[in-house]
Parts: sequence; C-alpha cells; structure tokens
Amino acid sequence: MNATEVRQIVLDIIEDVALDEDVSNLNDEVALREQLDLDSMDFLDIVMELKKRHKVEVPQEDYPRLATMSSCVEYLTPKFQ
Amino acid sequence: MTSQTWTTQPDSYRIVITGIGLTAPNGNNLSEFRKNLLEGVSGLDWMEVRHMGRLAAGNCDFDEKKYQSRKMRKRGTRAGAIGIYCAHEALLDSGRTIEEEERDDVGIYVGITEHGNVETENEIHELYQNDLNTEFWSHHHNPRTVANAPAGEISLNLGVTGPAYTVGAACAAGNLGLIHGAQMIRAGEVKWAIAGGISESTHTFGIFAAFNAQGALGSDEDPAKATKPLDKERNGIAVSEGGCLYILETLESAKQRGAKIYGEIAGYHVNSDATDFVLPNNERQVQCMNKAMKKAGLEAKNIDVVSMHATGTSLGDIQEAKAVREVFDHSDNTLINATKGFIGHCMGAAGALELAGNIPSFEDSMVHGCKNIFDLDPECEMKGLVTKGHVNKDVKIILNNSFGMLGINSALIIAKYEN
Repeated sequence: MNATEVRQIVLDIIEDVALDEDVSNLNDEVALREQLDLDSMDFLDIVMELKKRHKVEVPQEDYPRLATMSSCVEYLTPKFQ
Repeated sequence: MTSQTWTTQPDSYRIVITGIGLTAPNGNNLSEFRKNLLEGVSGLDWMEVRHMGRLAAGNCDFDEKKYQSRKMRKRGTRAGAIGIYCAHEALLDSGRTIEEEERDDVGIYVGITEHGNVETENEIHELYQNDLNTEFWSHHHNPRTVANAPAGEISLNLGVTGPAYTVGAACAAGNLGLIHGAQMIRAGEVKWAIAGGISESTHTFGIFAAFNAQGALGSDEDPAKATKPLDKERNGIAVSEGGCLYILETLESAKQRGAKIYGEIAGYHVNSDATDFVLPNNERQVQCMNKAMKKAGLEAKNIDVVSMHATGTSLGDIQEAKAVREVFDHSDNTLINATKGFIGHCMGAAGALELAGNIPSFEDSMVHGCKNIFDLDPECEMKGLVTKGHVNKDVKIILNNSFGMLGINSALIIAKYEN
C-alpha cells in the first residue's frame, strides 16, 4: 500500500471520528488538533479504528506520531505493508 | 381552609417550578404531551428488541441533533441525549440561560432507575462479534456507564460547573430528582436547579427479558394496549424511555425575574418498605402519602388529584389501589388518575413525566383520565378514579406517587401558585 492510499485510509477514519467537520481541506503539515476539534478521546477512537478496520496497532508511546497527516502517513505506511 | 405550611415560609425557602422540558413517547413538549393525554393518544408501538423480537414499547422521537453535535451524540449515551434535549427545552421555557458568572451555582440532579445496561449490552454484543477478544472493547465504555453519565453529559453540553449528578431511586427516581433539587436549593448548595428524571430503558433487552422472566411484561395484539393499568385483564408493564427536567428556583428569584410559575413544591416524603426486593408494601405507601401531606399541612380532602404510579402489574396495582383507598376514600374532593396506559413505564422519567402531564390542570381546569381500562378490576376500584377521557375540575393541589424496586416510595405534592 502506498502513501496516498494510507492517507485516504487515515482520512476516512478521521472523517468518521470528527463527524461534524469538513476534512476535505486539511493541511498535511499542520497538527490535526489545530485544524479540527479533536480531543484525546478522538485520538483513541482513531487508534481503535485502525485496529478494528486494518489490524494496525499503535502503541501508546507512538501516539505523538499521529500529530499531523504527514506524520501519520510516514508512521503508518510501513505498518500497512 | 387548610393549614398549609409552605405558604408560611419566606420566599427564599419556597421552591417553585419555572420551566419544564420533556420528551415522552407521545409528545416532545408539555403542550403536545398534555394534548395527547387529554385526547387519549397512545405512545406505544412495536419495537425490535435484540434477542427477543417484536415487543410493545414506548420510544421518543425528539430531534437528538437539536442541541447536540453528531460527534458528542456518538460519544455519549441515549440517556445523555434525552437529558440534553430536556434541559435545553426547560431552560428555554423558563427564560433562564447559563451565565458565566453563575454557572457554578446551578445544580443538575437527574433521577435514574438504572444506567449502563445499554452500553454494557452493546459492548458484550460486539465482544461476541470479535471472538471474545477484549482488545476491541471500547474506551468509551467507562465514561458511558458511570452512574453520573447522563447528568455529566448535560453539564458538559451546557457548561454548567455546579454539582451535576444522578439520583438512583429505581422507578421513584423522577420524583427523587425533583425532591433532591429542592433540598439542595434550600440547603444553599445551588441557586437554582435543573432536576427531574430520564430513562433510556427501551435500548436494553435485559430489562424486557427480566420483566418477562418475572411474569410482568405486558403484551397484547395491539401494541397500544400492551399495558393496562388497573384493568382486570392487565398482564404487566410496557417498557418506555423518556425524560422530564424542571427548572427549580426559589419563589424569591422567580418573582425577581418575573418568571412564569407552573407550581410550587408544597411537600414530599420518601420512605422504604424494607420488606421485599420487588413486591410493594401498601402500608409504607400509605405512610409515605400521609407524611407528605402532613409536611405540607394538608389533609386528604385538600388533594385535588392523585397521580398514581400504577404500572399495570397484577399485584402492584392492587397494592397501590388499596393504599390510595385507605388514604383518600373519605375524601369527596379527590380525583385519581394514572398515566402509564398512555406512555408505558418510563422508569426513571416516570414520576417526573406523570407529574408534568397533570400540572397544566392548574390552568386548564381539567383532569386527564387513564387509558386502557376496559374492565376495571374490582380490586382496583377507588372513589374518584377517572377511568377515561377527562373531567373538569378546579385543581390546586396534586399528589404524585412514584414507587420503585427495593421498596422505595415517594409522594410529591405540587400546589398551584397563587399570589
């Protein structure tokens, strides 16, 4: 799976978690929390959905790697191989 | 003349109702609910219940998104959504808003029969879909199932920073929420309160299954007739959801604001049977009603309306009828009604909703009757029982009964406010 496909997977999950928000114009280099109304429970939802939908585990110490879209893609792409 | 005690108290001690927000299976606000009670409109219908199939139940159709974002609704519970809707409706009705400088001084007291069954059942259902792998168990489970969840969701939504918690009192909880709210205002803990009761019980199959196992789940070919309180052929309750929250404040603050006053808390009493987990005890029910009247300085003949708990179970209705006869049989003034034939048993919301359905009688001078009494059980006969339709009467005092499992009884007396 390439980086573009992983980005789409992450975007689909964020869209389902941040239900009331428009995620179509995200800046990949800016922290997700600065662009969307996401709190700690939302990040746990994102981690849970990665596990449920794609069997991808994100250990707690790696949560900071999910800060921006590009850091998500960089961190998760190897896990989707 | 009565020797009513509440009117002798200072305005700063007298507690009045200045707003009502509700959702019932047959109405999403007080005027709709009242109209349907007067016109005999049922709120019961078929519902698919997990593991059990089609059963009669009472569900509400208010707009969950009216006061809550989609994300917060998904994160929270149905009980929280009901509570948030009712709280906003009550605030709008009262003309009150949550001001920054006073949000510490507002209390939220929500009566509940139970909480957490719905979410726990959902998680266990998911667990079985996931081969019993607990790694998929949701981190939302704990915040959704803590006993204060519905009140906490309301405080988060409104930004209220005063005390917000639930009052667990089985099916007496609606009355208990109101009573507790009044007590906290009088104790000086809060300046005003959002108080009442809510229920999400139709979303847990366990409650249906348990009433069924107890032989107390009502049924009929017509879902609207599934529960028939006081009728000879009654065979149990209809499980329902709902909510009713009131704005409570002192008479002093209501006067200062020029608020509309629906009624005043004239007296109440809460006691326990200490005899059985589920079977009622009419001796304690009699004591509860009598003590509530004594606290208010009233006698049976002063009570214009008794709103019964009457759930439609075989034994429960007989016991309560016996208790009501003992207290009110010598009163020529008192009319008696019961609401669950219309809306089923709204559990934690029942007491608060059934009271709300009667409060408009202070203004419209009508007493709504019961529903689904086709052949009155001779053991449930009571002088003054309005079996159907409605009766015209000048109403000044309502006594609202609400009882619950583990032997908790409550009687709440509301008086018309007259300047």
